Amino acid sequence: MTRTRTPGISRRSTLALMGAGAMTFAAPWVARAQAKTIKIGMPTILSGRVAQLGTSSRNAVMLEVEKVNAAGGLAGRQIEMVIRDSKGQPQEAARVARELVNTDGCELMIDAEASSGAFAVHEVARDLGVFCIHTNSETSALTADPKQHIPNAFRTARQGVHDSIVGGSYAAAIAKAKGLKKWATCSPDYAYGRDTTAEFTLYLKRFAPEVEIISESWPKLFQPDYTEVVTKILQAKPQALYSCLWGGDLTSYIDQANIYAMFGQMEVFAVNMADYTALTVVKNLPKGIHSGNRYIKTFPTTPENAAWGDAYKAKYNEYPTNWSWENATAIMLMAEASKKANSADGKKIAEALKGLTIKCPFGADGTVTMRGDDHTLVGYAIGWGTTIPQEPYVPEVKAGDWKTIFELEAEWKKSKGYT
Amino acid sequence: MDLDALAGCLSSSACLVTQTTSGLIIGMLLFLVAVGLTLIFGVLKVVNFSHGAFYMFGAYFAMTAYQLTGSFALAMLAGAAGTAILGLIFERVFMSRVYGADVLMQLLVCYAFVLIFDDVVRIIWGPEFKAMGMPSAFQVMPLFIAGGVVPPYYLLLIGVALVAAIVLGIGLSRSRIGKVIRAAAHNPGMVSALGINTGLIYGGVFALGGMLAGLAGALAAPVRSLTPGMGFSVLIESFIVTVIGGMGSILGALIGALLLGLIRSFGSLGFPLFTEGLMYLFMVIVLVSKPTGLFGKEAA
Repeated sequence: MTRTRTPGISRRSTLALMGAGAMTFAAPWVARAQAKTIKIGMPTILSGRVAQLGTSSRNAVMLEVEKVNAAGGLAGRQIEMVIRDSKGQPQEAARVARELVNTDGCELMIDAEASSGAFAVHEVARDLGVFCIHTNSETSALTADPKQHIPNAFRTARQGVHDSIVGGSYAAAIAKAKGLKKWATCSPDYAYGRDTTAEFTLYLKRFAPEVEIISESWPKLFQPDYTEVVTKILQAKPQALYSCLWGGDLTSYIDQANIYAMFGQMEVFAVNMADYTALTVVKNLPKGIHSGNRYIKTFPTTPENAAWGDAYKAKYNEYPTNWSWENATAIMLMAEASKKANSADGKKIAEALKGLTIKCPFGADGTVTMRGDDHTLVGYAIGWGTTIPQEPYVPEVKAGDWKTIFELEAEWKKSKGYT
Repeated sequence: MDLDALAGCLSSSACLVTQTTSGLIIGMLLFLVAVGLTLIFGVLKVVNFSHGAFYMFGAYFAMTAYQLTGSFALAMLAGAAGTAILGLIFERVFMSRVYGADVLMQLLVCYAFVLIFDDVVRIIWGPEFKAMGMPSAFQVMPLFIAGGVVPPYYLLLIGVALVAAIVLGIGLSRSRIGKVIRAAAHNPGMVSALGINTGLIYGGVFALGGMLAGLAGALAAPVRSLTPGMGFSVLIESFIVTVIGGMGSILGALIGALLLGLIRSFGSLGFPLFTEGLMYLFMVIVLVSKPTGLFGKEAA
């Protein structure tokens, strides 16, 4: 008796098909890698209180993607951005990130979330192995902590500890020159506010050991009224005040402190003041507030930076934000790494990106570098200056010294047990 | 806990003046929002969860009017009048359809409008935060009273809120309209039978409540940033005020708001990490000792 094959699909081919299907679902970006256009997924915050920052991230990315596409795309493939709203919720950011890869077929990822969402997206990148650049999270641990390290994730945002070192040394120099020993702090009561304030005061006291913190205030995030906080600080009579309030909270605080004439009674250091979102909104901006640079087209004082700020304003009718330059840098780095690797493949781009230095309008010396060992951006323009009520708002910014930053950062990492 | 700072403040006239006025400012703005809420509940028996939106619209109307005219008085007028009209339309077109309906239905309608109003603001004024700016007449050095610091703008703010409280109190207890409103709150069927248009009264009360919240928003606009959804945090505190003072009581709203303001200003000195908690703790104490609130009437 001879066995004849029955028509239809054999068990072996069914198994082969199932296997192929499973492979497709497990690594969909591999299966779609040969498509002509390359999709880049981008979860960000497009609604709620910080929608303005998410929108400015999207704008900056689109501005740069247009240039890359005009120059031929990523290794010959035109970029198509797929941008989704996470509403600022970490679980939604993770869900959107997963969907962008698995359903929309995105092969690369720009994670334009704030810190809470960025850690959630980071886990998705770890799980799926997709190439990912975190563009907005400034929390140092995201790249400093070796437990967070994965070969496919990078960060182009400034880093909290860099800001604190530069801010602390700048403030200490002024404290010494003006004899400011009694300090107060006023920062929002959540992880960013607490951590940033602690790091700032750590370096302030390191450079100026005679400084004493005599009053601390922790208003809620998005608190509408700061009157009791303002009067509490007035009672404490400090010589200087540090605050990392930001956005609408900072502008409310300034308006309310202004009518108590607080700015004439103490030196104020507000790290988030020098961002156009706050500078252009406050109607009666006091002169002489010390602030870290967030994005300002006059620092670094190069024609490239001014031209970039103006091009953004011409296209979107408003100035870029801190999140804008961080996102633009991600596309610039991605394009250069792709050129170097001559590929749009995530793994090859990741390999090429390690230690890559590119020309960039936001670099302290005209270049920025993606540091190879912890995958975070270094060499970006970082400094502090004082405000004036009209453009250019912060006429002179004192640049931070990257050599000092590297030394103290290494020390900080050691103290945290990261190295 | 920093009881030394609190004790130090209580023994210094400068600190007492500064913190008391700071408490009064917080309290009086809160009163304007809460009194509208309590008034609407007292007469219409509806808990208006969308009340915070009127505070928000008041601020945005004032900012726009100020940008267009440069007049602070017109800005305040626009904030108050605009929200009064909005309140009247909202009550006549939507809320009047759910009187007597399930509380859940009323809640759903109000909540839907919280979202709709926030989106309307986003569409008209944009999602980013805005600032109205302090009128130049008030950009002056603060006054120093017994060593304490008092900004002139806040004196105006307290004055306006006080006038509103007095006019409202006297108007409701002495005037004919006030008596009709109180009668409608007590027995709307009988008032209607006497030939009085209760629909008009309901609409008027809602407009008045909206106007007071709008006035609060307009007064706050020069010192607080404007964002879609800004009414929400004010609404929560207003509910605490009405619960402490007693739902439906104007005097209760005034006392409750002032107590809350003072708790915030002195609490931030003595209990810097528990200021919010103090407000809720106070509410719990009042509710346990007098469940209807300080000035609330027992249910008949």
